[in-house]
Amino acid sequence: MAQAATIAAERKWSRVESVPKGMTGDHTAAEAMRQINPDVLAAYPITPQTEIVERFAEFVADGEVTTEFVAVESEHSALSACCGAAASGARAMTCTSSQGLALMHEITYIAAGQRLPIVMVLVNRALSAPINIHCDHSDGMGSRDCGWIQLYCHDAQEVYDTTIQAVRIAEHPDVMLPVLVTLDGFVTSHDMERVETLPDEAVKAFVGEYNAPYNLLDSKHPVTAGIMAPPTVYFEHKIAQERALRRAERVIEEIAREYEQLSGRYVGPVETYGLDDAEVVVVGLSTGADTARVAAERVRARGIKAGVVRIHQFRPLPVSAITSLLAGRKVVAVLDRAQSLGAAGAPLFSDIRTAMYDQANRPAIVSYVYGLGGRDLTVDQVSAVFEHLAAPSFDASDQATQTYIGARE
Amino acid sequence: MAIKEIPLDRLPTVDELNVGGVVPSNGNSALYATGGWRTQRPAFDPSICTNCLICWISCPDSSIILKDGKVVGIDEMHCKGCGICAKECPTKEPKALVMLQGGFYQSNEMFDRRK
Repeated sequence: MAQAATIAAERKWSRVESVPKGMTGDHTAAEAMRQINPDVLAAYPITPQTEIVERFAEFVADGEVTTEFVAVESEHSALSACCGAAASGARAMTCTSSQGLALMHEITYIAAGQRLPIVMVLVNRALSAPINIHCDHSDGMGSRDCGWIQLYCHDAQEVYDTTIQAVRIAEHPDVMLPVLVTLDGFVTSHDMERVETLPDEAVKAFVGEYNAPYNLLDSKHPVTAGIMAPPTVYFEHKIAQERALRRAERVIEEIAREYEQLSGRYVGPVETYGLDDAEVVVVGLSTGADTARVAAERVRARGIKAGVVRIHQFRPLPVSAITSLLAGRKVVAVLDRAQSLGAAGAPLFSDIRTAMYDQANRPAIVSYVYGLGGRDLTVDQVSAVFEHLAAPSFDASDQATQTYIGARE
Repeated sequence: MAIKEIPLDRLPTVDELNVGGVVPSNGNSALYATGGWRTQRPAFDPSICTNCLICWISCPDSSIILKDGKVVGIDEMHCKGCGICAKECPTKEPKALVMLQGGFYQSNEMFDRRK
């Protein structure tokens, strides 16, 4: 594996023609998984991720993959099975939503701490209570600090491209970390889109073989994994994890560039709109940022210099990109689809404002929370945010700590 | 990425750790002296023991020492003093295995306690 990875940056790929298919976001994730053909997939169906498991189970039944599909009895078991498989040298994948990720919570930290390169597709859905099956990011934000690479996708195409790259990122010897690929529940997971897909052979070649650094089943080369670390060494392990996550920034970029050679498509850590001259910038994740982009186009016609930054690479947070993109703007509004109850601010807002704190020319940064439990975010609503922030009368010190969009207060 | 040997003469730095803390050997928990966790210690009397080996099969830390199929003592370095052996020992009073207060063994106590 070390050899494959050190040349990864220089590896050249010839462009391959993609074939368009009409697929939902879930179908797209399942299709990417079929082409990756992992050694093990352990998963438990949960709305709105269910279609991924259903379709993958069909691939297994129809002999389209050679994957060992483990039909577990819970998400806790799903991720545990993936950990065992990955420690045994297998390429392991899973997928879940909401309560499923919450039930995996304990094991998410173990997968990251044991540095097991598992890839998980998370279809974002609100956490109970009250019970709700629709999209928000409270599930993902609940696992914000678990040490996984976390890539938030805004459409089915990005889910496809990111899932394939995630395998390479996770298994890179400078990284060796699990990767979470997310899409918005129902909005992306159940929406039919045109998706450009690579031929099976191209994906197979791109992801290559996983050559694990050790294999628990190899009795000729025994290792101890899942160790206990007393206070004398635990600290160093956690620093090593943080360093690996930081190293992942470079690896993610290298693999994105390789994938661009192969497919012609590039997914960067952030996607921007209108930043050449934007004075008022909205920052967000996934489909909410897409709505903001349409709103920005609309208010630009009315003379507002609006811009959007969509964060794709939520962890590791691309801090230097964020600071260079946002420094010098007048106002930045961060749109969160989750709260951090009782904290100084919502999760993404807290990240962005912390990242900007040391910038001499930092903008005013304000927080909006939208779309909890699947409530729609409309173009009109984000347009109104732009207009409010761009108004000469706007004063950030008058702004509420956290403003809710579209809620009855 | 090869799994490296871990320095045994000092505590490893961040860069000396293997990925995920993997240790390139098996059975290394034997190196970890858990006997210091004891607040009680099992005392064993071979003259009463019937060698039924119920203590041996019950011990969660493999700390009942056997020789030629017979119990010969307690692994002081690893016994955590849980007391399962004494609880499970089927001998009647005086029992072959009893728990004594305190984790530290006196010299030869295991065999001399009734003298």
